[in-house]
Amino acid sequence: MGEGILSLIWEPLQYSFMQRALLVAVAVGILCAVMGSYLLVQRLALLGDAISHSLLPGLALAFMVGVNIFVGAFIAGVISTLLIHAIRSRTTLKEDAAMGVVFSAFFALGITLITLLQKAQKIDLNHFLFGNILGVTAEDVWITIAIAGLVLLVVALLYKELLFVSFDPIGAQAAGIPVAGLNASLMVLVSLTLVASMKAVGVLLVLAMLITPGATAYLLVPRLHQVMGVGSLLGVVGSVMGLYGSYYLNVPSGPAIVLVVSLGFFLALLFSPSQGLLTRPHPPGSPQP
Amino acid sequence: MKINSPSHSMTALPPSALSRITITDLRVSYRSHLALDQITTQLAAGQLTGIVGPNGAGKSTLIKAMLGLIPIERGEITLDGQPVSGQRRRIAYLPQRSQIDWTYPATVWDVVLMGRVRKTGWLRHFSSNSRELAHAALARVGLADLANRPIGQLSGGQQQRVFLARALAQEADILALDEPFAGVDQKTEGILFDILRQLADQGSTVLIIHHDLGTAIRRFDHLLLLNQRLIAQGSPHQVLQPHYVQQAYGGYGLPEVA
Repeated sequence: MGEGILSLIWEPLQYSFMQRALLVAVAVGILCAVMGSYLLVQRLALLGDAISHSLLPGLALAFMVGVNIFVGAFIAGVISTLLIHAIRSRTTLKEDAAMGVVFSAFFALGITLITLLQKAQKIDLNHFLFGNILGVTAEDVWITIAIAGLVLLVVALLYKELLFVSFDPIGAQAAGIPVAGLNASLMVLVSLTLVASMKAVGVLLVLAMLITPGATAYLLVPRLHQVMGVGSLLGVVGSVMGLYGSYYLNVPSGPAIVLVVSLGFFLALLFSPSQGLLTRPHPPGSPQP
Repeated sequence: MKINSPSHSMTALPPSALSRITITDLRVSYRSHLALDQITTQLAAGQLTGIVGPNGAGKSTLIKAMLGLIPIERGEITLDGQPVSGQRRRIAYLPQRSQIDWTYPATVWDVVLMGRVRKTGWLRHFSSNSRELAHAALARVGLADLANRPIGQLSGGQQQRVFLARALAQEADILALDEPFAGVDQKTEGILFDILRQLADQGSTVLIIHHDLGTAIRRFDHLLLLNQRLIAQGSPHQVLQPHYVQQAYGGYGLPEVA
């Protein structure tokens, strides 16, 4: 008893593509949950979506000129972030309008370029849109793990500053913390995170990996580092289960992973001890006056 | 008495040293809108200074300009004769409660420790000294028992006291509070005033944006009555003359003066 399930888990791991996919799933699960927690508390969830869509043209151009696509995608992510920031700070347009304009323009350019590429090269648009974790190369694995290690190291080193800035930017600035620099660093880290995740979940669905595990943890635990920790666990479980789903059911890995983490969210939404719809039928009141 | 040694270290300043903010001919604009003009004043250490005026008078703008948080168009602001920019660790800003997301995943303890971030420095963990200071600060505002409570579960007055504890932990001697008494009950207002009074007595400079001219206004040592320009300054008795108040608030919506 149980041997059947064990073999379902072990049997695929004899393939090296499955081993590579597992490493990427674990790295992406942790990385996205940690960075997503920052986006969540700063109400920047949709900025993650905007940046991820913007990766596409950079990725396509890099492919055309023969540069590593991670590099191209990262540059496109940074350019789109700067553009959104410039529109928001130099004009009277608000952030959501700036994001909407920039990300749809970048995305359209990306789709166009990749479609043109598809005719000449063996490249599949769907893999970039929806992820193909079973097709990652050994090089992809190392790049993903290196990015994850770098981003998590920076977050660990700047944790107390980032907590202050994301909670009370004006108070932090008044106390002499370089708020603008830290926010810019955070955006660079978000771009890196998206670049590292795009092969696993695709640019259309990476938002779910950023936001959903953190949002689930948000319903369960009260402190930011706990949100990151529990979120990472949920992200890893979700991406590994999604990976097996993709293997056995032959569906794209992105949707499979997202469906699993979303299921976790809805369970927390129903049963969270402090905020669950079933466990706490009345919404928690705002702080008493 | 004025300290003019250019190299004196901020941490070496004895608490009794007279720290004074000097503002000369300050003008601040947002895009084409003039927010503050011709502001000249001196704020003494050891005093509770209230900044009052109608909505849109530039009260928050004045504090933010003083703390170097927004660019100024003209004028000069100094702290003990030196630019503010090198002395940020002396300054604690307590935001309006409405500016803060109280659903942020943090506990009281997390917020109070933020007061130690700058002193701790990059890449370091909080020292045991920092933790002791944070504990002492919480005890002083009467929240020692609530250290592990999520900030979303605090009352308005408790939220304000957490920020005050953060300023205490920072060991700041310039405190700027944006409407700390908005939406807190009379008892909490009294507790907050008592703590701020103690801090002033120990040599801190305390600036408080205050939203109404009710009875509490008499507890300030010094008032700045503001409406883009400085209408009047001095003791509450000197400032709360009907003609000044009328000038600041206009002929309509005149607040009741206690």
